[in-house]
Amino acid sequence: MTILPPDENEKQTREPSRIINPRREFLKSAGLFTGTVAALGGGLELLSRRPGAAAEGVLPELVGQAKKPLGPYDVPDAVTPYQQATTYNNFYEFGTDKADPARMAASLKPRPWTVKLDGEVKKPQTVDIDTLQSWFPLEDRIYRMRCVEGWSMVMPWLGFPLAGLIRRMNPTSKAKYVQFTALLDPKQFPGQRGNVLDWPYVEGLRLDEALHPLAFMAVGLAGRVLPGQNGAPLRLAVPWKYGFKSIKSIVRITLTEKQPKTTWSLAAPDEYGFYANVNPHVDHPRWSQATERRIGELSRRPTLMFNGYADQVASLYSGLDLKKNF
Amino acid sequence: MSKASRSSAVPAPSARPAPRRQVRPLGWLGPAIVVGGLVPIFGLIFDGYTGALGANPVQRAELQTGVLTLALLIASLICTPLRLMFGWTWPARIRKALGLLAFMYAALHFLVYLFDKGVFSGGAGVQTFVEDVVKRPFVTVGFAALVLLVPLALTSFRGSVKKLGFARWTALHKLVYLAAALGVVHYWWGVKKDHTEPFLYGAALALLFAVRVIWQGRKPRRKVGAVGKTTGA
Repeated sequence: MTILPPDENEKQTREPSRIINPRREFLKSAGLFTGTVAALGGGLELLSRRPGAAAEGVLPELVGQAKKPLGPYDVPDAVTPYQQATTYNNFYEFGTDKADPARMAASLKPRPWTVKLDGEVKKPQTVDIDTLQSWFPLEDRIYRMRCVEGWSMVMPWLGFPLAGLIRRMNPTSKAKYVQFTALLDPKQFPGQRGNVLDWPYVEGLRLDEALHPLAFMAVGLAGRVLPGQNGAPLRLAVPWKYGFKSIKSIVRITLTEKQPKTTWSLAAPDEYGFYANVNPHVDHPRWSQATERRIGELSRRPTLMFNGYADQVASLYSGLDLKKNF
Repeated sequence: MSKASRSSAVPAPSARPAPRRQVRPLGWLGPAIVVGGLVPIFGLIFDGYTGALGANPVQRAELQTGVLTLALLIASLICTPLRLMFGWTWPARIRKALGLLAFMYAALHFLVYLFDKGVFSGGAGVQTFVEDVVKRPFVTVGFAALVLLVPLALTSFRGSVKKLGFARWTALHKLVYLAAALGVVHYWWGVKKDHTEPFLYGAALALLFAVRVIWQGRKPRRKVGAVGKTTGA
C-alpha cells in the first residue's frame, strides 16, 4: 500500500465521497485490520485454549514412617513432579477439564470430615477422619497410576493399607464386596451442579481385592496432606486398576453382599467395567490401551499387564475371562 | 475482481490521477483473516514454551488444533448463509482463507496425532496408525474428514472453478458439510463424558445447513410463483 503525503489541493476539495484522504484511509484500514485480527485471533483462542492450572500454596507436612530404600510395594520409576501431579487431574466433581480440579479445589473443605463405616459389619459407626487416620501408622507408597484415557503418573502416596481398615470394620460372613461413596455436596463440588455423572461417585472392589496388601487408602501425597484436587482428605489407590477406580474424597465405606453399582460402569457399561484392571490386550472401544504416555515424557511407552503389578495380583483373577470382565 | 475492470467502472472525476490514491476497498480484510487465523499457532508455541499446555502437552495440542479446525470450518460455512440472508458480499471474500486455515489446522492436528502415535520415531508407529484407522471408528471418521478436505484445499486456488466448471466445483465443495459433520462426530466420540462442546459445534453446523436447505427450497418456489403470475395474466 502506498502512502502519499497529504497534498495541499486535496485539503480544499469538498468531495468527501470520492476523494480519499490517504492518511486517514490508511489509519482506518490499519484499525480495521488490527480489530479483525484481534477479534478472529481472540475468538479462536477463547474457543480452543485451556491454559493449565498454576501451582497452589504449600500444604502442611505429613510425616510417614521413614523408609529408605524402596519398600516391597514401591515401584522404582521416577516420581511425577508434584506440580504436574496436582494440576492435571480427572475429578469431575470439580469440572471435566484436567485443570479444573486444581482451580476449584479450594471450595472443598476436608476438615471437619467424617467417614461412615457400615453394611455387612458387626457394628456400623461413623468416625472422624483424624481418628480414623490415627488408627494406622502412615506408610509411603510409590505407585504407578494409569488413567483409562492412556496417560500415567507415578504417585508418592502416604496412607495405610485398606485391609487394615476392613479388618477393623469387623465384616460379617455375608460381606463379599466393598462399596465406596464420595462426598455429595454441590456447594463444595461445583461439578455436581450438572449431571455429567450420576452423583455421588460410587466405586467398589471385591473383598479379596480390597484385602490385597497393594490396595491402599491415601491421606497424603509427597510428604504433605492430600490436596483437594487429588481427593482430600481420604482416597483409594488401587494401582493395578485404571485410575477411575481409585475414588476420591470418600465419606462412606460399605461392605456389601452384592456387587456394587459403580459410577462409570453405569454411565457407559460397554466402555467401563466393574473390574477395570489395566490390560494392554483389552482395548477401550474408542482407543487402544496398548500404550500410554507417562506424564513428563513425549513418546509413549507400552502399558504393562495389571499396570506392572501382575506378579502380585494376577492370582486374584485366575479363571476369570478378563476380556468379558473388563 | 481485477483492477482494470474496477477503474473502468468508476469514471475518473477529474484530471487528477485518482486511481493511485484509491485504497482497495476492504483490502485489509483478507490479510487480517490470515493473520488472525494464525494467532492460535503462536499461542500454542507460547503456551508450550511457558508450560501452559499443562502436564500432557501433546494431548493438549491435539485437542486444540482439532477444536480450531472445527471452529474455522464452521466460520467458513457462515459466509454463504450471510450472503443469502443479508445480501452481504464481504463474507465471500474471506471464505477461502477460512477454509484453508481450517485445513491447515486439520493437517497440524493429524501431524500431532502421528507424533503421538510414534510414527516419526519409527518402530511400530505406522502400524498402530493403520490399526487405529481400520479398527477405531473414532479415528476412522476423523481421518475420513481430513481426506475429504484434501480435494477441497487443492481446488481452492485461482482458476480451479474455471477448470472444473462452476457446477462441478460447487458440487465438490459441498463435501465440506460432510467433512465438518464427520469432524463433529469425531469430537463427540473423542470426549469421555461431557458432550457440551461437541454438541455446540454440531448444533452450529446443523443450523447453517438448515439455513442453506431452507434457502434452496425458497428460490424455486419464487420462480414457480412468478411463472404462475405470467400465465395467469
